[in-house]
Amino acid sequence: MSAGVAVVGAAESDLGVTDRSILGLQTQAVTRALADAGLTLADVDGIATTGVSRFSATQLADYFGITPRWTESTFAGGSAYEMFVARAAQAIEAGQCEVVVISFASNQRSARSRKMSGVHEPWIPEAQFEEPYDVLYPVSYYAMAARAYLDRYGKTHEQLAEIAVSAREWALLNPAAFRYGKGSIAAEDVLSAPVVSTPLTTADCCLVTDGGGAVVLTSLERARDLRRPPVRVLGYGERSTNTSFTAVEDLTVPAALGSAGDAYARAGITAADVDVVEVYDSFTITAALSLEGLSLCAPGEALDLIADGRTRPGGELPLNTNGGGLSYCHPGQYGVLLLVEAVRQLRGECGPRQVEGAEVAVAHGTGGILSSHATVVLGVDR
Amino acid sequence: MNESVRPGTGWSPAEVPPADEVTAAFWQATGEHRLTVQRCSACASVQHPPRAVCTGCSSMEHLAQVDATGEATVDVATTVHRAPRPDVVVPYTVARVRLAEGPLVLTRLEPPDPEGSGYAAGTRVVVHFHVLSDGRALPYFRPAPTEEY
Repeated sequence: MSAGVAVVGAAESDLGVTDRSILGLQTQAVTRALADAGLTLADVDGIATTGVSRFSATQLADYFGITPRWTESTFAGGSAYEMFVARAAQAIEAGQCEVVVISFASNQRSARSRKMSGVHEPWIPEAQFEEPYDVLYPVSYYAMAARAYLDRYGKTHEQLAEIAVSAREWALLNPAAFRYGKGSIAAEDVLSAPVVSTPLTTADCCLVTDGGGAVVLTSLERARDLRRPPVRVLGYGERSTNTSFTAVEDLTVPAALGSAGDAYARAGITAADVDVVEVYDSFTITAALSLEGLSLCAPGEALDLIADGRTRPGGELPLNTNGGGLSYCHPGQYGVLLLVEAVRQLRGECGPRQVEGAEVAVAHGTGGILSSHATVVLGVDR
Repeated sequence: MNESVRPGTGWSPAEVPPADEVTAAFWQATGEHRLTVQRCSACASVQHPPRAVCTGCSSMEHLAQVDATGEATVDVATTVHRAPRPDVVVPYTVARVRLAEGPLVLTRLEPPDPEGSGYAAGTRVVVHFHVLSDGRALPYFRPAPTEEY
């Protein structure tokens, strides 16, 4: 079968503390991903990005001196890049463009541009009805979700902390990780870290780093002539649920159930077929809810699923194999880096952290305050 | 009730943007220390915050602010220990509370609960008002008088 779309290039920009500009980091990510694919900017006729400026994709096209036949800049926080894969696959299959670059980069750590209160837009209802209470955005929402989840299912913060403990173990195998060489952590370290918004501590929260990444997509037919083994886009799905703190009735029911359900159906797989899981871990609870959303366990069982080191290196459910947003890199919108790691795992390039025989990977992004949810299923070309 | 934490003491809310044509009735009522919710007379749906359209039946003609009892129960609470701006005192507790009329609202709970586990789900709370300099008032909630806290 030659129909379909594949990822043919993947790369990171410099990560961590870079003292580089957003467009400088974008350029690194895009040109490295194209070089990985054996392509150049001249081959690109589709651009999907956000976080550059109001006209993000156009800005990047201008900067690179190209005139794309297709652009996409849906703003959906960290889940946007999984959505971009869906849109890009559709555009390529429809013949609107041939080679799409999906990219993101931020210098938020060097620029010290991150605020605890989020972005103030005085015309939205939340500005009148939520911000006056000094609720932390996004931390307090995830804190409420964690509180609700732990109370509903009778679980403990110590059990939830395993998400961060496991991520650190993976980061110790990834030289690009911000916490590489920083040693293991224990659940106790997570619980005893400074409290941000109860019950979450700083160690439940992702890193704030510079960084970026890019992936290149084209038709499977063309992909088979390029230098890297194609990684097929098997399925995708998404849900958009809320901008306010109060729209979602039950914080313990992950909207990822819908996005993942759609993605699995399109791919013709079930959760049991997934070999590698890369989920958004802006906070420990984000990852735990995502595991339930991806149907890797029953509702209320995520913290049992991750117990006993099952998601750590060598475990039966390899999770966030680059070290995740908690220990590897989190540039504000981490979604594109989920895709980069999933692609590398399926190409068998991950060295000491390689999951042996990985054939199907899931990348699941979460944006805002559990606002948007997007799932991509990737697989080796067989 | 703890007299050291009277309404407004030690709390300067973040700036509240001006009302718009959709939210004006809500804010006007707060000036009279009345909490209101938006009710649709066509389908009886109750919603908050106020909108230009009823999410129950899509009507734009049947919406009005009606008085709420001011009684609510805590859905979930979190206590913030990191100040998002220089002149806010930590810790403070923010919560989703469910009004007796149905809608969830975001609010602040007084007094603050440093450990973050004192306002269990289902805790009964009642509305109070923090007076703003422009004549409006910002609703917040305290444990109901009958509640041991």
